[in-house]
Amino acid sequence: MSLIQEARLHAKPPATAAQRRAAIAWMEFDSPAPPLVAVLLLIMPLIANSFFLIEIFGTTLILGTIALSLMLLAGYGGMVSLMQLTVAGFAGYMVAVFGVSGSANISLGWPWWLAVPMALALATAFGTFGGALAVRTEGIYTIMITLAIGAAFYYFTNQNWAIFNGHTGINTIATPHFWGVDWRSDIAFYYVILATAALCYFAVLYISRAPFGLALQGVRDNPRRMAALGFNVNAHRVAAYAIASFIAALAGVLQVWNYRQISPGSIGVERCIDILIIAVVGGISRPVGPFVGAFIFVILRTFALDFLVKVGLDGNRFRLLIGIGFLVIVFWSSDGVIGLWERWRRRAVRTESRARGGSGHG
Amino acid sequence: MPNDAQNRRPIEMAGALGGYDGDGASGRQLQSPRSSSGSHRDERVAGVSRFIERHPAWALIALIAAVVLLWLIFAVWPPGLEEAIGRKKVFLNAVFNGITLGGLYFLVASGFTLIFGLMRNVNLAHGSLYLFGGYVGYAVSSWTGSWVLSFIAAFILVALVGIILQLVVFRRMEGEDLRQTMVTIGLSIVFADLMLWAFGGDFYQIQTPQWLIGPVELPLVTAVKSSGEAVYLRYPLVRLVILAASVVIGVVMWLALNRTRIGMMVRAGVDDRDILAATGVRIQIVFVIIFALGAGLAGIAGVVGGTFQSISPGEDIRFLLASLVVVIVGGMGSIPGAALGALIIGLAEQLGSVYIPTYAIVVTFLIMVLVLAIRPQGLLARR
Repeated sequence: MSLIQEARLHAKPPATAAQRRAAIAWMEFDSPAPPLVAVLLLIMPLIANSFFLIEIFGTTLILGTIALSLMLLAGYGGMVSLMQLTVAGFAGYMVAVFGVSGSANISLGWPWWLAVPMALALATAFGTFGGALAVRTEGIYTIMITLAIGAAFYYFTNQNWAIFNGHTGINTIATPHFWGVDWRSDIAFYYVILATAALCYFAVLYISRAPFGLALQGVRDNPRRMAALGFNVNAHRVAAYAIASFIAALAGVLQVWNYRQISPGSIGVERCIDILIIAVVGGISRPVGPFVGAFIFVILRTFALDFLVKVGLDGNRFRLLIGIGFLVIVFWSSDGVIGLWERWRRRAVRTESRARGGSGHG
Repeated sequence: MPNDAQNRRPIEMAGALGGYDGDGASGRQLQSPRSSSGSHRDERVAGVSRFIERHPAWALIALIAAVVLLWLIFAVWPPGLEEAIGRKKVFLNAVFNGITLGGLYFLVASGFTLIFGLMRNVNLAHGSLYLFGGYVGYAVSSWTGSWVLSFIAAFILVALVGIILQLVVFRRMEGEDLRQTMVTIGLSIVFADLMLWAFGGDFYQIQTPQWLIGPVELPLVTAVKSSGEAVYLRYPLVRLVILAASVVIGVVMWLALNRTRIGMMVRAGVDDRDILAATGVRIQIVFVIIFALGAGLAGIAGVVGGTFQSISPGEDIRFLLASLVVVIVGGMGSIPGAALGALIIGLAEQLGSVYIPTYAIVVTFLIMVLVLAIRPQGLLARR
């Protein structure tokens, strides 16, 4: 295939991308579901008890935010990074190390408003450095390298006692307390999580339409052409890693406040892969996907045991359930649950318009 | 940049065709493998001399490192050195453990790199195949009491799993690298849980056969007694046998790849599988054979790992990561690269665990990062 042919072949994607964006806009703002979900999330503390509020919805939003950072990289940048949880965990560790915790010999005892920015900055730097290594390679190599970075950090925390306190990790980490509010009390913490998740969600949505995001999508579709147009391909990729790392770091801080402890077990390789599963099951083509995936994942993780026991099976087999579910999604829909839903919806619209005799809105 | 790409393309094609030429379907050309592999060897020698020409500093460093290592292994250590870094016996044991571990890593990683090189399929379920091989080997050896039989059973059963995977799963999504990778992740989760279900969370160790138990004395002096009598290194026989076996497997694989028709097809397929398919080779059969071979090797490695270490849940991820690092260091899709990478990683892990015990595993990842920074395609990759 000559280069000209190749160029002609790739001339189409911008059009389809524009169409896709139109479809997204249509789906996200013209249907009644999103405002409904937003209102529901806002009044959740009135409906749900504290278990549902934090264990289900809070965890969903935190995991969803980490997966959102992967979605930004994978969906818009075409780089599947398995180290997003590692970046989040790094931020969590930094909060524990710089802030106040039960391990007085390790923690420096800084107030939270100093420790958190420090943790965010360091985790973003860490993620950007990892990204700068990963962008030296492409496609599936990126998966392998980021997985290896994640594993390296896991083993490092496991063996380092001076900073990371080995495999016991750091416990009883202090959570912020100011203006007379305990921000880790269930309702206040839920709103902190919700605000952070919403901020990240809209930031990613904005980035996807900003010049930087468009250039990033161009890099994903045809790096050679973007380079020829004068874009610095690698700089765009590294910048995407930096933004994604910041988002993951935010979620990591919330994660460590949620559990009040962090250990190598919470940043293990399997956990890293869980994030990929969440993003893929939800759908990595738009920012809602990761949250949907996280919700499904958390529901499965929490209730699969009871469900399996009720059906008469061994309750410990819930990872099998998750694995099979993941396989099914990957097999039948390249765009996760969101893709399935949209396909079903489009079909419904089409049959409806056919019934009316019109040609649909196109 | 476009110009550069245009220039590169024809050369790649020519390379693929050249690789295929020696494998012509007509009988007249059947004698050509010898000559073509000869030219390959010349190429390799030329490659080495070119490397020395281009990077004299690196070549010198590599040479010095090799000489120092050999001296450390064979010479009787002067007392000053023993004071500085400990006894020679410890060092020699670490080196031998590293080399045997490298042999095990090579067995796992060679299948991984072969599958990747030919099918562009990052099989993240490779660790599961290793673990499955280990469990099969344990079951067979405890049932029949035969160590050798457990290798055969593990190879056949795991190769069968590989064939099923290739036929049922990967063939349907050819060319979709990312989707295949995702599927292998899902499969590894399912396999891990199924094996946990079947075998529980216990540690298993495969019984070493009677004739392999016990140490053997090697002609390497570890120390000299005050009476002037030399003390020789004693090392477990079973590990040496395993090392020898993995070297033999490596050499056989190299010969099969470089001297046989199917090997030639594989090499041509690594270069450009579309052209290979276009010339009429039934590439699906080659794919199945390679997947079976790669999976079977992982199964054998499982038995080996179960004999001189142990098998338990979690080993699958450990060996998947080990083969990832080995393959990244050595170069994707290259068998000699896998051998070199396995040796480096095995030695680094063992020497690291003796001399800097806290960060032994981190050292291996540091090596990986270093290789990525200097030579992203891997040490022995061709591109």
